[in-house]
Amino acid sequence: MSFSGQIAIAGVHEYESRWAPDKTSFQIMGECAREALADAGLRLEDVDGLFGATMTMGAMGMVQLSEYLNIKPRYLDGTNIGGSSFVSHVAHAGAAIHAGLCDVALIVYGSTAASDAMAIGTGSAGGRDPSAAFVSPYGMTLVSSYAMVAKRHMFEFGTRSEQLADIAVSTRHHASLNPDAKMRQPITREDVLESRMIADPLHLLDCCIISDGGGAVIVTRLERAKDLRQPLVVVQGTGEAVAHREIGAPDLMTIAARQSGEAAFAMARMSPGEIDFCTIYDSFTITVLTTLENLGFCEPGEGGPFVENGGIGLGGRLPVNPDGGGLSSNHSGMRGIFLVIEAVRQLRGGLGKRQVEGAETALVHGTGGYLGLMHSGATLILGKA
Amino acid sequence: MSKPKDEADGNPQYARPEIDWESRAYWEGAGRGELVLQRCRACRVVQHRPRGFCVSCLSDEIEHFVASGRGEVYTYSIVRQNPMPRFRDALPYVVAYVQLEEGPQLLTNIVDCDPDSVSIGMPVRVDFVSTEGGLGVPRFVPA
Repeated sequence: MSFSGQIAIAGVHEYESRWAPDKTSFQIMGECAREALADAGLRLEDVDGLFGATMTMGAMGMVQLSEYLNIKPRYLDGTNIGGSSFVSHVAHAGAAIHAGLCDVALIVYGSTAASDAMAIGTGSAGGRDPSAAFVSPYGMTLVSSYAMVAKRHMFEFGTRSEQLADIAVSTRHHASLNPDAKMRQPITREDVLESRMIADPLHLLDCCIISDGGGAVIVTRLERAKDLRQPLVVVQGTGEAVAHREIGAPDLMTIAARQSGEAAFAMARMSPGEIDFCTIYDSFTITVLTTLENLGFCEPGEGGPFVENGGIGLGGRLPVNPDGGGLSSNHSGMRGIFLVIEAVRQLRGGLGKRQVEGAETALVHGTGGYLGLMHSGATLILGKA
Repeated sequence: MSKPKDEADGNPQYARPEIDWESRAYWEGAGRGELVLQRCRACRVVQHRPRGFCVSCLSDEIEHFVASGRGEVYTYSIVRQNPMPRFRDALPYVVAYVQLEEGPQLLTNIVDCDPDSVSIGMPVRVDFVSTEGGLGVPRFVPA
């Protein structure tokens, strides 16, 4: 039986700083947990379900995190499917709460990617193990795995670099309205096209930034959330999926969002036309374009016309990433938690110039991994109660 | 099929692949200058990467065969930034998926041409670099 409409997101917090050289990732997670609990009106002792992922946590990571926070949860979930993990955690938390396995789920993330000078995106995929041997000799960087999807999209549908650039321009405009965003200076289409090429056809400004950061999300039963501090934000639908090279002949135009989106819309009994705004993992501009197509907001190949000229800007046909996204606000390696946090903040309202007017329903979609190689997708549909 | 070029020493990009019993035939074939793929005797599906059984019908009846080595570029990107030393010296280089005549696509490099001359649909053929241990790494050149 579905938990649609019965689970709420009761607390959120995004780490304000984009530069935290004097912090550990666990410290960032702990501070975010404290603030998200305060946001909800709950205490650390109330937490009985712990969910988390980082780029560095290993096999015992969730146990270490419990020890760090000095809590003994009765439900643990360290699912790590890349940057989409936290979107998936909300769904898993909903299922666990619905099954009575926990009641207050804390989802946390923290990273010091920028102050550690991690070269996210430009290092090669693979490693020295037999399954990676089919990838590692070729120097496929994270950026180029997405760039190969963009190149094919251009070939099949006539998508142009100008259209991808408009995604970066709209997102930067949103960041200019967000005082916490790392990159707030407005940019033009020409700025994107004239920025240096990282992996054809993706320019520097087609790529997300690198920052430090972290966040926390509190999930609980709708009935319990009614007694807490914040306006109600309810989970209406969830879905997750993987996409990969199958047995060797991938269709790079179909991404995991196709499957996870269909599942989420079915669970919510909704359709794309009923969504007021989206938060979509914008690791690269092409990620947003192909995700919108695969979620059904437009037909395959129609993503270019959909996003150009402010189509996904505030006031456009479907505002996407009103916080400035990973392209301009923050990206510390695994951005999924920020997608959830911004969607919740928008649904609560009162965000000033970056508020999506009349926001009642939101779709959140995270992509994790190498889009052209293998990746995960996780979708949430959220709404006001 | 061309003989492997013995250039791995001067081309650290192509280090000796890590192999296991599922992938040994592929890499040893590349060391001989052959592109070796798997076909299921039961359902006839050609699969890549190699596995110990057929993941289409779950049969154990896997056979190896030498592919034509011909294909065309399905998609590609010209990599212009990679801080890892063994790739930094090769910049800019072309990462591509090649659609093989036999069905699978291979992640690979397109070499021996100007990166800017590569295009989707371009006919290519396999070429090999030999590595230590009698193994090789396939990549592709304009046909």
